[in-house]
Amino acid sequence: MARIISMKDAVNEALDQEMSRDPTVIMMGEDIVGGSGAPGEDDAWGGVLGVSKGLYHKHPKQMLDTPLSESAYVGAAIGAATAGLRPVAELMFVDFIGVCLDQVFNQAAKFRYMFGGKAQTPVVIRAMCGAGFRAAAQHSQMLTPLFTHIPGLKVVCPSNAYDTKGLLIQAIRDNDPVIFLEHKNLYASTADVPEEPYTIPFGEANIVREGGDVTIVTYGQMVQRAEQAADMLKKDGIEAEIIDLRTLSPIDMDSVLESVEMTGRLVCVDEANPRCSIAADIAANVAQDGFDDLKAPIQMVTAPHSPVPFSPSLEDIYIPSAQSIADAARKTMEG
Amino acid sequence: MTEITPILMPKWGLSMQEGKLTDWHIKEGDEVKVGDEIMDVETDKITNVVEAADGGTVRRIVGTAGEVYPVRALLAVMAPASVPEEEIDAYVSAYETPVSDEEDEDTGPAYHVIELPIGKIRYAEQTGANADQTPIVLIHGFGGDLDNWLFNIDALAEHAPVYALDLPGHGQSVKSVDPGDPGIFTQTLLDFMDHCDIKRAHLVGHSMGGLVAGSTALDHPDRVASLTLICSAGLGEDINKDYIDGFVNAAGRKELKPVLTHLFYNQSLVSRAMVQDLLKYKRLDGVQDFLTQLSTTAFRDGKQARIIADKLATLDIPITVIWGENDAIIPASHAQNLPDVKPHVLGSAGHMVQMEHAGEVNKIIAASLD
Repeated sequence: MARIISMKDAVNEALDQEMSRDPTVIMMGEDIVGGSGAPGEDDAWGGVLGVSKGLYHKHPKQMLDTPLSESAYVGAAIGAATAGLRPVAELMFVDFIGVCLDQVFNQAAKFRYMFGGKAQTPVVIRAMCGAGFRAAAQHSQMLTPLFTHIPGLKVVCPSNAYDTKGLLIQAIRDNDPVIFLEHKNLYASTADVPEEPYTIPFGEANIVREGGDVTIVTYGQMVQRAEQAADMLKKDGIEAEIIDLRTLSPIDMDSVLESVEMTGRLVCVDEANPRCSIAADIAANVAQDGFDDLKAPIQMVTAPHSPVPFSPSLEDIYIPSAQSIADAARKTMEG
Repeated sequence: MTEITPILMPKWGLSMQEGKLTDWHIKEGDEVKVGDEIMDVETDKITNVVEAADGGTVRRIVGTAGEVYPVRALLAVMAPASVPEEEIDAYVSAYETPVSDEEDEDTGPAYHVIELPIGKIRYAEQTGANADQTPIVLIHGFGGDLDNWLFNIDALAEHAPVYALDLPGHGQSVKSVDPGDPGIFTQTLLDFMDHCDIKRAHLVGHSMGGLVAGSTALDHPDRVASLTLICSAGLGEDINKDYIDGFVNAAGRKELKPVLTHLFYNQSLVSRAMVQDLLKYKRLDGVQDFLTQLSTTAFRDGKQARIIADKLATLDIPITVIWGENDAIIPASHAQNLPDVKPHVLGSAGHMVQMEHAGEVNKIIAASLD
């Protein structure tokens, strides 16, 4: 009875169901229209990796192929959101956010605050993130900390197909701007996903695995690696608890502190660069609010402070590995 | 070789891939009877005692307590004393654990989804040796689903074909239904029996499912061979309103977990996976509205809205009542409310008595079929 689908299909299904439910939900982006079997000019890609394949023919009035101008259509989506639509803008690679930062940081994120709570901006900006795709420095970044830093934005980075569908539907129904980051290396990963629409609330971490010895906090692609690390640790008799944050803003710090209260040991894993990262944020919060529970220094496992290398062998070393996570956990067990 | 009977890691529900053999209750040389407790098994969802499906002499313990084994791995071997050691050695070394496969349902129940007038209904079906017997239909309670019968379906299928359905608004059945009309459940049950060509059935209902079973028996006594009411609604006014409200309103893991502990005597049975599965259900579109509405129609002013005990007492259908002594949802005193029925009140058991004491409950139900 399990219905196993990929994370890519989970994104497609969430968009499909929400566009069916609510005609004010629209999609904008580069090459998002069309799909296999579509005639003439419609025979496009369904997104650069085919995520929106088949949606145009179901929702022709809700899908808008845009010019190659991120600053224009991200701005247009934010404007449309203030005027009553629920746009989902697809930014292809999150690395392209640079040219639309004013629209995102200075406009969308500020409207509710600057208009005294009277304005709402129900826009979702979807984009692929993360390394491991052999896409080099300008298409591989993990920019979660950049958005998490800005009040007024909600930031989501799911680790699996089930969470992806529920969090994306929640993002579309949410009345605030949501940055929805899909790790491109996870698109093929599969999970049991209900066919019916459902939502997962923001700010609730998922306890992926329970364990009493060390807490591993992470999100996105690193959840899988943390699980591999936990398997390695188990062979040494170390039981790791894995917390998948799911959303970085809001963030479920309570679950982290509760877990550390039990384990006394913390490993923060982040695919982002180390400075001002999600890992650094968690570490600082636990050091402040959970210091008495700690039995060992907090460990951070992150990418190095460098661009993502194009060389495949270097890129593989760049991304935090299960081994490095396990090593960090063992370090907390010393002494 | 046919004299050798293996004891295998059981498969509880579709998602179970492996289980931890936490403890043995038997040792080599023991005589085991059907129904004896043989081992404790723990999965990420639930912990339970496994009872022997076959009798025999334990000749070899293969599984080590504390280890994790895949579903259907060989854990022990039973054989008469006449079987030589060499033959048992050969059996153990030749045994290969079947590869776990979603499609391979030869040992577990088959799951089906059908279209009834009310919409999509999912059910599980398991037929064992006694396929010609009057079928048993299992009906779960408020907020439950057919997995509440995880430890009952296979055991009961030894006696008669077993069907367990997800009621409308529950499990994987249709969600967009109006529970304002309390008749939707009984009508669905009758439509379901028609669809499966079940003329008469032994109805086994848990909690609200007991009320559904009882109401169906009152309206259509010709369709009901016997009634088993487990911690049933409809036998008295009391209901734990805090549990119902807590269950309906809990939005997240931290709110739901303490609510669920009320269901069990052994509260450690409430696992992370159990909480997650219920949250997954509660978060489906339509479920929140459905449960809110259902709770206001089924319960009013903190009391059960519909009591059928008096009517049931006039019914000429055999009734069995089973209760968990420590039921914190519907008090066990309701078990006494059918004057002609001697209830089975099981100690150290809560509302989910069919899970907590599956073996005893299965025996009581099986005995009631005769």
